[in-house]
Amino acid sequence: MARPVTSARPLRLLLALTILIVGLAAWSFWPGTDHSVKLGLDLKGGTQITLQPKPVVAGATITDEQLQQTVSILRQRVDGLGVAESEVTTQGSGDGATIVVSVPGLSQDRLLELVQRTALLDFRPVWAILNPASAAAASASPSASASPSASPSASPGASSASPAPSASASPSASASGTAVAGTTIVQSADNSAAFQEQVANLDCSNPEVYKGGTPDDPTKWLGTCEKTGGAKYNLQPAFIKGTNVTSANAMMQQNGVGWVVSLQFDSEGASALAEASKTLAALPECGTAGANPCNAFAIVLDGTVVSAPRFNEPILGGQAQIEGNFTSQEANDLAAVLKYGALPVTLEPVDVTSISPTVGNDQLRAGILAGLLGLVLVMIYLLFYYRALGIAAIASLVVAGVIVYLSLVVLGKAIGLTLTLAGVAGAIVAIGITADSFIVYFERIRDEIREGRSLRQACDSGWVRARRTLLAADFVSILAAVVLYVLSVGSVRGFAFVLGLTTVIDIIVAFWFTHPLVVLMGRTAWMQKGSRWTGLSTNKLSAPDSSMPPSVAGARRREAKEGGQS
Amino acid sequence: MSNLGQRLYSGQSSIDFVGHRRRWYIISAVILIIAVGALLFRGLNLGIEFRGGADFSLPQAACSVEEARTVAEAGSGAQAIVTKTASGTIRVQTETLTPEESVVLGAELAKACKINASDVKTQVVGPTWGAEISKKALQGLIVFILLVTVFLSIYFEWRMAIAALLALLHDLVITVGIYALTGLEVTPATVIGFLTILGYSLYDTVVVFDKVKENTRGITGQAMQTYSDAANLAVNQTLMRSINTSIVALLPVMAIIIVGAGFLGAGTLLDLAVALAIGMAVGAYSSIFIATPFLVSLKEAQPEMKALRTRVLARRNQSAKTTDTQTADDSDSSPSGQSRRKPRSRR
Repeated sequence: MARPVTSARPLRLLLALTILIVGLAAWSFWPGTDHSVKLGLDLKGGTQITLQPKPVVAGATITDEQLQQTVSILRQRVDGLGVAESEVTTQGSGDGATIVVSVPGLSQDRLLELVQRTALLDFRPVWAILNPASAAAASASPSASASPSASPSASPGASSASPAPSASASPSASASGTAVAGTTIVQSADNSAAFQEQVANLDCSNPEVYKGGTPDDPTKWLGTCEKTGGAKYNLQPAFIKGTNVTSANAMMQQNGVGWVVSLQFDSEGASALAEASKTLAALPECGTAGANPCNAFAIVLDGTVVSAPRFNEPILGGQAQIEGNFTSQEANDLAAVLKYGALPVTLEPVDVTSISPTVGNDQLRAGILAGLLGLVLVMIYLLFYYRALGIAAIASLVVAGVIVYLSLVVLGKAIGLTLTLAGVAGAIVAIGITADSFIVYFERIRDEIREGRSLRQACDSGWVRARRTLLAADFVSILAAVVLYVLSVGSVRGFAFVLGLTTVIDIIVAFWFTHPLVVLMGRTAWMQKGSRWTGLSTNKLSAPDSSMPPSVAGARRREAKEGGQS
Repeated sequence: MSNLGQRLYSGQSSIDFVGHRRRWYIISAVILIIAVGALLFRGLNLGIEFRGGADFSLPQAACSVEEARTVAEAGSGAQAIVTKTASGTIRVQTETLTPEESVVLGAELAKACKINASDVKTQVVGPTWGAEISKKALQGLIVFILLVTVFLSIYFEWRMAIAALLALLHDLVITVGIYALTGLEVTPATVIGFLTILGYSLYDTVVVFDKVKENTRGITGQAMQTYSDAANLAVNQTLMRSINTSIVALLPVMAIIIVGAGFLGAGTLLDLAVALAIGMAVGAYSSIFIATPFLVSLKEAQPEMKALRTRVLARRNQSAKTTDTQTADDSDSSPSGQSRRKPRSRR
């Protein structure tokens, strides 16, 4: 084994550590940024919903693209609340993926309503606009009130709490089925007589029916209501899906009177729009008796018609404007629905947790209290057992603590890491693991002294041996943390991250602080004298050989080592 | 204690962990049988995160357990488990509810217990979600074990990897068995605890094995010491470290338990700490009494180690017959030869 040469190194290592800490501190406390550790919801209160995305059509798989879309839509909705530090994150991919939405200080029901609006958006040519009431009450004569181009949506954000979408994507897809009570839409593969009768029987004057919330299958015919129950529609299969909309903006009309919504489609949407608009623009205006199909297309959100404008002319450039007597609010809401409304998947909440800020605060306080208590107990023990070396250990623990804190602040800024209760637990458990590194090193130094080395030599040769053990053992810990982080879900990840982080910091502190510090201490005359307060008392370490002077015992032992152990 | 450490190091005091390994195996086998039996017949008390359900915590509730139960059972239409913790928090667990139903029930419970609806901590978990969590945890366990086996096989040798993993499984089974036996609730935090034990148990074993590796380097080139002797010396030499480490690791965990039980009642911290405390205690035992003895059992089956044993025993017989030429200092060593010479200088 190579003889360690460390004479000039301790100060250099300590300098490296100082630079690291100053760097982290500068980053953490840079003026104008947040200076504290980002706390998880369980520590500051709020609601967290874990959602499992399910494909809209049963049996299909979820692509990463769909997942990304869903996340950005949800993020948009959550950000729209204006609550700071809301978060939407994904874990895993494909069918096994989960989406976690966390919003501090928001009540559970509001967040549920927000994320559960699965909001499937599509554009369908109108076949007929009917009187909202059920056919039993009135014949299907078009109502004058259902002026299609002027039916702006109500604010999408204020839509009523919709129930969780049912597992089957199109509950009434069978053509021969009759409209069941509680059904809000009817669907069929073709515009058969049976389907037309079902549509006629749909009662759009009933709020239970027109509130919608049932996602429709865009490939089938759809019978549904206008959002406020003002009209009933028989709609052809969708020609554009909401995902084809690339942007939607509310803007003032050019003559300065009223608002319009301008739409931009992707190439697929643009060509579909060009084709549909050519056909539709040539058709008679809706509301004319017997004009089926007629010139209007319905914007269908979650199975309900949000708006049904008509085409003034064929639209060929993939750019459209929806006109109507919109107010600024209405235009903006419609634009938001068009832009963010279309979730490509349905979402099933699998875990809903809400914690009041009081409870969160209590948990944080208890966590800090437990951490401090644990730290103090460990320090007392180390001081009692290792005396002067114990002081080196305590200083190392403090340095490790400072680095952990600064790292949490920096990682909170850099990658949005939040500290959860499980993470706090990981940090507390890490106190013991960090202290263990010192114990391995100190015991090695003692072993070296027992073998007759001088204190100065022992500090170095003990380190060379301890270092190897430390790296091997810490490697196992880091491996555990990485595997847990990559493969697990939920709170386990927070724990694994902090455990891995503290293990890395443990290595840094042991290499850059504890070892150089102990080497420097070992050079002092007081430590070399071997007082019983040093924790390395030569007398004590060689006590059983008290018949011999310590140095002789050591020498004898050393000699024994050379030729074979005694 | 320093004196003890010194005597253990030099081999003047020695506990024969390896020689009595049959005894430790029997003790562990009995505990393992009880643990597996408890697991099979009693099963684990799984928290709602695993079986699905709704959980409401009402801090400083001004209602009785009975009142809360009545409200909960009326609201959920099924049986509810209601408990009250020392800190005055009432905890209500029901079968799984839809998120909307849980909002309503939470408000009703808050009203009955005269607290703010916003102070109620609720959690609703769908029934399939728990299976998902368990599956992921199990995947993690398997991947970790495979990787660690590869690492230990490279760093040490495959026998050490096997012995370390056996000690690891030993710890996990006993810890889980204790949960089955006591009926303590298993939550995701408990699972985190179990998984941490993996890392911890191995960490301990790695430190001991590192010393065994050092003590047995080139062991076949001499005839003073069998593999058992060298391994037992390693366990004794690292014994003080093992004890210190276990104490230092347990202190913060005990702090969590004290603070958790005293101030918070049931919760993530407490669940985790209890699992860790049990696992660490079992882990400390296994790294000393199971891992190394089992390694020795594996090693002593190797032909070259058998041959070494024969040579060492022959030499000992010989030296017992001839005049004792050893120094007085060595004469107090026990027959298992902990203070035998090392084959080679380490430097």
